[in-house]
Amino acid sequence: MAGKIKQLRMGLNGDEAVAYAVKQSDVDVVAAYPITPQTIIVEKFSEYVADGEVNTEFVCTESEHSAITACIAASATGARTFTASASAGLALMHEMLFVASGCRVPIVMAIANRALSAPLNIHGDHSDSMAQRDSGWIQIFVENSQEAYDSVIQAFRIAENTNVLLPVIVGLDGFTLSHTLENVDTLPDESVKQFVGRRQFTTVTTHEGKTVPFKLDPANPMTIGPIALPNYYFEFKRQQEEAMKNALEVIQKVHDEYAKLSSRSYGNGLIEEYFLEDAEVAVVCLGSTAGTLKTVVDGLRQEGIKVGLLRLRVFRPFPAEAIRNALKNAKMVVVMDKCMSFGGNGGAVFHEVRSAMYDVNSRPLIVNYIYGLGGRDTPPKEFRKILEDMHRMLHAGRVDKLVHYIGLRE
Amino acid sequence: MTTQEWKFTAKEIAEKPDQFLSGHRACAGCVPATVLKLVMKATRGPTIVTEATGCMEVVSSIYPYTSWSVPWIHTAFETAAANAAGIDAALKALKRKGQLKEHVDIIAFAGDGGTYDIGFQALSGAVERGHDFLFVLYDNEGYMNTGIQRSGGTPIGAATTTSPAGKVVPGKLQHKKPITDIMVAHGIEYVATASPYYWKDLLTKVRKGLEVEGPAFLHVLAPCPRGWRSEPADSIYYSKLAVETCVFPLWEAINGQYQLSTPSKLIALAPQKKKPVTEYLNGQGRYRHLFKPQGKAILDEIQRWTDDRWAKLLKKCVEEQKT
Amino acid sequence: MSREKSWKEISPAGVCSKPSTAFLTGDWKTFTPVRDLEKCTTCLLCVIYCPDGAIRFRSEAGKIEFDYRFCKGCGICAKECPTKAITMKLEKGE
Repeated sequence: MAGKIKQLRMGLNGDEAVAYAVKQSDVDVVAAYPITPQTIIVEKFSEYVADGEVNTEFVCTESEHSAITACIAASATGARTFTASASAGLALMHEMLFVASGCRVPIVMAIANRALSAPLNIHGDHSDSMAQRDSGWIQIFVENSQEAYDSVIQAFRIAENTNVLLPVIVGLDGFTLSHTLENVDTLPDESVKQFVGRRQFTTVTTHEGKTVPFKLDPANPMTIGPIALPNYYFEFKRQQEEAMKNALEVIQKVHDEYAKLSSRSYGNGLIEEYFLEDAEVAVVCLGSTAGTLKTVVDGLRQEGIKVGLLRLRVFRPFPAEAIRNALKNAKMVVVMDKCMSFGGNGGAVFHEVRSAMYDVNSRPLIVNYIYGLGGRDTPPKEFRKILEDMHRMLHAGRVDKLVHYIGLRE
Repeated sequence: MTTQEWKFTAKEIAEKPDQFLSGHRACAGCVPATVLKLVMKATRGPTIVTEATGCMEVVSSIYPYTSWSVPWIHTAFETAAANAAGIDAALKALKRKGQLKEHVDIIAFAGDGGTYDIGFQALSGAVERGHDFLFVLYDNEGYMNTGIQRSGGTPIGAATTTSPAGKVVPGKLQHKKPITDIMVAHGIEYVATASPYYWKDLLTKVRKGLEVEGPAFLHVLAPCPRGWRSEPADSIYYSKLAVETCVFPLWEAINGQYQLSTPSKLIALAPQKKKPVTEYLNGQGRYRHLFKPQGKAILDEIQRWTDDRWAKLLKKCVEEQKT
Repeated sequence: MSREKSWKEISPAGVCSKPSTAFLTGDWKTFTPVRDLEKCTTCLLCVIYCPDGAIRFRSEAGKIEFDYRFCKGCGICAKECPTKAITMKLEKGE
């Protein structure tokens, strides 16, 4: 069936692509609060509601905290739910993100990734999502608007899979993607509706001893979100970890199924490899930076320099095994972090990649570059310089400094 | 709103199975537990309950046990109204898509902390948006779950662990926030106060709140023997004295029109029946320090404030009668 | 007490598996309400006010029953009884 579906090419920015995917995904409840650079998603969706193009209940809340809370309760009541946020908004949701994953509600949330205050900054980096690293949400980072559209549709299937039942964040780089017009190929409404299907429910055993679908329903009363003392809390957290492990497989399956439908794929769904097979120097990054880095890799390859790129599409669950396999031949790995982990000796992605590579016999040299905070542009020539430096260090056989900053005035 | 009066008889209420079940872990003499039990006796059909973090949430849902025979969800402290908003949105969407046929009522319970303070923004927002739910504030006038700290609902002079009666400071220095008037000011169809001693009045008000299509707010005084430092057996009695002293008058505002409920109306008609506040305060350990000589000024202030608010309430009710 | 379950056995999201009526709170009490049937008018106020649902009305028998498995001995019933038909007695050891 690949390529047989007629797709409509639309000029959409990342936010609009997300809103369009939500419109097509038969979503029951959208509860959201506007914040730059996510606002276009909420605005666009409001237009769909105003024009009667969707059958969705749209709740424009008084804060992000209430937006995510309303999504949790709506999802627990059986509704397919979506929200979107960024930066301070996501930070305000922080408390409820843990409640969402703990309540096992399959919410999908788009994050137009943006820096955190202070100083106030509305531009793109990954500080907001990375601060939610351990909140129990699946985190997907997209490279372009096309992937934003595709990933939001996939996210509903991943989140609602009864072996997963975890909320999903689809992160798109603020402004770089959220506000930049691209050609986006879109599937027909009916194809998306069919792909996402109606929400599936796992079954639970209630206090009445009945085994019933997991949702708030007067026909089958159940208690969701109780207090668990030290004798049970740990067990519920272990369940969430299992769900994350299951998600690794489900993300790939959904990605593959969608690839058949749309003729578009993103690596294996977890990571995307670009000229890695024989790369001596491999660079690892998230999001739209991969687009820039592919150009840089192309240029260096033409000069005979063996560099490659690993784009991490899924950050949570962390695809450690896929990364180990992809990087096992690299002699040097450069990890790009668009976020600080203050006092942490490198960024979050660096920590994870370095930890994953510890088990590889031919352990490569690994360095970290922090870049682009607060929307600072990192042009190809700066990446090129990193890769050239790396190549040089590689031949020296050692790295003198673990964490570097690029594009920063010293 | 319908003008129908429901005849909740004692027999009918006693016969109706509890939806807030025995075996909860509330303290002995906990009137918030009585309030929840009674509120759930006034439901009219399928109901989903949500609750803010607090005493009643904790005592009724210690895993693997639940005291709720209806669908129930808790998410966080400040979220009762936002939960209700989400449930309301879901029910509306599922109904529109033909996946739900029957009407389902929503009740959100929160204590004074989850209403006056940390939950106020979500409450104000949900009410402004017009979600269809009944918000029940069980007001025990402090953060009792965490060990008796002051809230915006703690009355002046009351000693709590964060407003202790010390050598210099005589307990809480500020008056109780007029939360119910603030909810009336939101322009919603139904707002009322209730006391569990007057249980029939309470049940009727719950039902009226449920009948409203849109948000309704019910403020129930719920004495807490631990936090009030009072005898467990006296808990219901204090909910009566609070009304008789006009510390907590009973009234409802229907579409913003104030009217006194019978127990308070009887006092308005026969002002000599209005008891001095000291009758209510005396015996509650949280006010013990006020009954020493240096506490007199606060006692006088409580009486003055109570009289003033009562007079203003009467004026609102009279004005409404004129119109 | 049944065995505490493993993470593989319990439902997700803390969905409770037992009603609290399986958790008895009757051993919390020091004083026990004792009713004088002669004085009781079956007004049902004790049923209504009991915070613990420990006083029940059996409509078929027209009778009030105290469920001491849940009664915490607070004394609200005794205090509110209009005919003083209930007195609180120091509980004897079983």
